[in-house]
Amino acid sequence: MINSLVNMKSSRNTSLAFLIVALLCIPFADLVVYQVEPWDELARMGQGLLQPSLPEFSILADSLMITVAFALIAVSGAALIGLLLALVFHFRAVRIFCASIRAVHELFWGLIFMQIYGLSATTGVLAILVPFSGIFAKMFAEIIEQQSSVPHSTLSSRSDRFSRYFYSWLPQAWPQMVSYTRYRFECALRSSTILGFIGLPTLGFYLETAFKQGQYDEAAGLLFSFFLLIASIRWWLHLPWLGRKWIPSYVLVPLYLVLAILALPASPQVYGSSLGQFFTDDIWPRAVLNGGIVASFQWYQHQLLDVALPALWDTLLLSQLALVLTAILVLVFYPWASKAFFPKPLSFMRGFSRTVLLVLRSVPEMIFAFVFLLILGPSGIPAVLALALHNAGLISYLLMRHSEQLNYRSDHATGLNHYFYDVTPRVYPHFLSLLLYRWEVIIRESAILGILGITTLGFYIDSAFEDIRFDRALFLIVIAALLNIAVDSFSRRVRSRV
Amino acid sequence: MFKLDHYQLDNRLNDITLSINAGEKVALLGPSGGGKTSLLNVLHQQSSEKTCADQIAWCPQEHGLVESLSGYHNIYMGQLEQHNALYNLANLIKPLAQPKQAIIELSLELGLDSELLWKSVAQLSGGQRQRIGIGRALFRQQDVFLGDEPVSSLDPVQAQKILQLILNRHSTIVLALHNRKQALENFNRIIGIKAGKIVFDSPTKELINNKYQAGLLDSLYD
Repeated sequence: MINSLVNMKSSRNTSLAFLIVALLCIPFADLVVYQVEPWDELARMGQGLLQPSLPEFSILADSLMITVAFALIAVSGAALIGLLLALVFHFRAVRIFCASIRAVHELFWGLIFMQIYGLSATTGVLAILVPFSGIFAKMFAEIIEQQSSVPHSTLSSRSDRFSRYFYSWLPQAWPQMVSYTRYRFECALRSSTILGFIGLPTLGFYLETAFKQGQYDEAAGLLFSFFLLIASIRWWLHLPWLGRKWIPSYVLVPLYLVLAILALPASPQVYGSSLGQFFTDDIWPRAVLNGGIVASFQWYQHQLLDVALPALWDTLLLSQLALVLTAILVLVFYPWASKAFFPKPLSFMRGFSRTVLLVLRSVPEMIFAFVFLLILGPSGIPAVLALALHNAGLISYLLMRHSEQLNYRSDHATGLNHYFYDVTPRVYPHFLSLLLYRWEVIIRESAILGILGITTLGFYIDSAFEDIRFDRALFLIVIAALLNIAVDSFSRRVRSRV
Repeated sequence: MFKLDHYQLDNRLNDITLSINAGEKVALLGPSGGGKTSLLNVLHQQSSEKTCADQIAWCPQEHGLVESLSGYHNIYMGQLEQHNALYNLANLIKPLAQPKQAIIELSLELGLDSELLWKSVAQLSGGQRQRIGIGRALFRQQDVFLGDEPVSSLDPVQAQKILQLILNRHSTIVLALHNRKQALENFNRIIGIKAGKIVFDSPTKELINNKYQAGLLDSLYD
């Protein structure tokens, strides 16, 4: 009893602290609507949505295939690497390595690899594979840690680590790992789509083009194809509709992999830097290469104070606002989709809300932000809205599911009373921890939204790459990664408190 | 072999003093929740800190089976240390002839149909799972056997057969049992534990012949 009181108090305090920080952020953030007449644009978009059209079939098929191929190859490779890294995850060096590769966003990796491999399949696959390997390693190691250690206790202590891993830990953790990998594949499809925004020939490339040219009907068509792709995963990853003759996924996945490799686009000739030159020369400032200690110091000081800090400030402001807006939206959204409030077997409200949540969570933030930028003009508002809507879609869905798993008295209250006195207080701790988990992702994403022209870290990184200032770009990417790692460890500390 | 001196474990074990020598066959008797499992865990833990760490076949109450692996692989795990990692990995993918032969023989002795060996253990019944767990401990081929109610889910005839198997293949044995008859018939020393305390610790002969001692045995379950 006392324990739960303390918990309630600390989760209330945490919520209040975040809310107050967000309110303090508002005056400093760039929240102006520049577009004077957003309604015209909005009306044209609405029309496009109602009358979608598809681009040429060959373009659509090609871009869909490449999107899936990048994702599939990258996730397979990353899962395999993650599996091996999880085996040595108890080494601190491995943990740090994994934390740093996953702290850099797929798009930043894309920009880096582009300098070496150009707009090629290698860039597309590596951009997803590298950060995902770090994520897989961490998640797999955590899943393994949760398994029972009793089987392990009956083995000889002289048996080698590798054998114990394959006989005891891995088979126990396998089902969870498979379902996590499947989830990650969905994320990879989103990342792969988004890579189109930096020029790779995936769905996102044509989506961006269609939006930029104002061909909203085509953009809508592409967006619907993307939904179909995500929603149909379960149909083509298991083939259950083939009835008894269905093919197991350990046959299907390798088959798809071969097809994916065949589907990769031909890589154009690249005149960029070689791998060696890139890492030994391009990414270091002149001053460091010349060995001038004072000059190097001055360079870093300038970059840090004049570029990195303002960008960091904007990134933090936006992500803080996005986080709190997400929280508010979740609390508003989740009851409409939950059986706890709409228990009828075929409730229209519930079905409708679930569809909305599905759409919100499957559209990448980047696409939302892009659309809002067109409507509202370049400020912080599109970024905050995009981040909040996407994340609210995801968290509301998870919270809704949680609320349905609770047991309620048969004579429970209804409506607002049920919401305020029963369900919400009970799901609140789970809600906070989901939100804190998502915090790191929101920061990562708000940095990346800069690529669209919002002045977060991504904006400066993208411009540095455009100006061929690799030294500055890399310095800023490192800053972004450090920010991620810091927020991750901070949120872990807050999580353990609430 | 095992030695405890006024051992205390929060409120589960209270002032336990005992020593078990090599060659002894000891049964632990007592009501459930009395401390048998805790005592066995302590003995196992203590020995794994010492040099004899690796000479013990350990058969915990939960069996420690890996659900998604077959019975064959669960038994084979008892000898992981005798082969290199590549051999073990190859055996995981396709059972190798040599261990396959040995494990099929062992399973017959355990009264397990050899077809059952190729099913994942999640599909097996409680008694079958228990025998797979014992199979792993036997496959360790050690001198010392520590087991927590290893034959509790088997019928009396089968239980006796498997107890005999364990007794024949190990020189030192400590087993927790819930069946008095099994303990009296097969072991030469019996320790009674209740509420975390040792109630009696005596040779089986005395428990049978000495009226006072027999009374202690009865009081164990009051």
